[in-house]
Amino acid sequence: MAPAFVAPGRRLDKAVEALMVWILRLGGWASVLVTFGIIVTLVTESAPFFARVPVVRLVKDTMWTPLFSEPQYGIGALLAGTMVTTLVALSVAVPLGTILAIYLSEFAPARFRELVKPMLELLSAVPTVVYGYFALLALTPLLQMLYPDLPQFSMLSAGLIMGIMIVPYVTSLGEDSMRSVPMLLREGAYALGDGKLGVAVRVVFPGAFSGLAAAYVLAISRAVGETMIVAIAAGLQPRMTINPLESAATVTAFIVQVSLGDLPHGSIGYQSIFVAGAMLFLLTLGFNLAGHVLRKKFHRAS
Amino acid sequence: MNAPSSPPVAGSTRVSIRNLKFYYGTHQVLQGVSLDIPAFQVTALIGPSGCGKTTLLRCLNRMHDLYPGNRYEGVIRLQPGDTDILGPGVDPIQVRMRCGMVFQKPNPFPKSIYENVAYGLRLQGMNRRRDLDERVEKALREAALWEEVKSRLHQLAHNLSGGQQQRLCIARAIATNPDVVLFDEPTSALDPIATSKIEELIVELKKRVTVIIVTHNLQQAGRISDMTAFMYLGELIEFGETNRVFTNPAKPQTEDYISGRFG
Repeated sequence: MAPAFVAPGRRLDKAVEALMVWILRLGGWASVLVTFGIIVTLVTESAPFFARVPVVRLVKDTMWTPLFSEPQYGIGALLAGTMVTTLVALSVAVPLGTILAIYLSEFAPARFRELVKPMLELLSAVPTVVYGYFALLALTPLLQMLYPDLPQFSMLSAGLIMGIMIVPYVTSLGEDSMRSVPMLLREGAYALGDGKLGVAVRVVFPGAFSGLAAAYVLAISRAVGETMIVAIAAGLQPRMTINPLESAATVTAFIVQVSLGDLPHGSIGYQSIFVAGAMLFLLTLGFNLAGHVLRKKFHRAS
Repeated sequence: MNAPSSPPVAGSTRVSIRNLKFYYGTHQVLQGVSLDIPAFQVTALIGPSGCGKTTLLRCLNRMHDLYPGNRYEGVIRLQPGDTDILGPGVDPIQVRMRCGMVFQKPNPFPKSIYENVAYGLRLQGMNRRRDLDERVEKALREAALWEEVKSRLHQLAHNLSGGQQQRLCIARAIATNPDVVLFDEPTSALDPIATSKIEELIVELKKRVTVIIVTHNLQQAGRISDMTAFMYLGELIEFGETNRVFTNPAKPQTEDYISGRFG
């Protein structure tokens, strides 16, 4: 009697389980397929560009003016913009985000943490276009008071605001990984006579390093890929410079600028967008791989 | 840490606990324990789960201070110096520097083997490389780990086996020459071979340090301890020489526990 009763239920369980497995599998494959689709698009669309323009010109040219009648293809001009804004953003986001994460995880009372964390995460819900105009209309004038020669559009202003935008990512991920450091490890350090700050810096921080590395990599990817803030506040003039006080265009800013115009499909300008996109893709891929390696290397340490 | 006066000889009292009560919030866990722990001997704290033996151990290095709502009452005097560990003017950090601790599970820091052992030394202000090298080697030798790790001192401690990690934690605890080392079920996460190495080590250690060990393994208490304290429901039921407590217990609860009738 009993087995006959159990069997149909089991069959249903199995069917549900199989269905769930397929849904999950589909989800997994979807992300792979999208990535693959992006790669195919980037390669097929930028291939005609390289049929017309030799690859070396990407490196040899010093300006990026694919829309001019005498076009130049020095992608370095765009990469410099991306690099500088990213570095400025990271110099804000990494220290600030890390310190906040340490504070929230190790020092803040639980109730305060529960209050602050959602507020901080709200920062990442602000539309980037708002951040962009905030940089342009609020931060830049402020910076100009300190340094009057600062142009209306500058990588410094855009980068700083981008850094603020990224802080919550670093803090949230960093705090999670610090809190997952076992209490037993902290007790070990306290038992040797260490204080709260010492435990946080000498034990919790290295113990959470794999999570922090992931947070930093995410921060880099966010900064490299950020478009709106730099398009609004950093200027749209590609310029081969590493001076954050100047205006310059980033890879993303170029893409949005050009794609807003009405370029004919198949023109060299149109194709150059995909070259820039492919550059961006390689850059983020590189950082993610580096982050992955870093995480693996430190994984045993936590 | 240099002792303010000459260290007590074997057999004299190292830690004297008087009427110790301990509360987690409003819940009283220790019901007024009094106990004299002899210097340079191994004292085992035994008793069924929840009897308060680990709570008592963690009073001795003020570990309970790390969590809010905990409260001590009573007196714990540590020799030499006759310091009242629970006294109002006493810094728990100073107490912890004199009473090292080894935990239930090996908990090496995410650092190199060398840096794990040097951690406490650095905290006590030792910075010169030569001094550190010397003390790290000495501690690792005393923990019977030196031969196994001397060629890879700067590799991560997590690459060691569980038993090696626990011996590293012992080296870390004794490197600073504490007066007392507290062991909280140090072998409960280890296999029998690693366990017997740790037991040998503890017996060896009592030559230079006072050992207090919490264990739920009665055979272990019988093998390595000189004195045994049996606790039940937050009270000290019986305390005496291990041989005597195991073969001829004075209290019926002790006998019931030792003969396996409960716990």
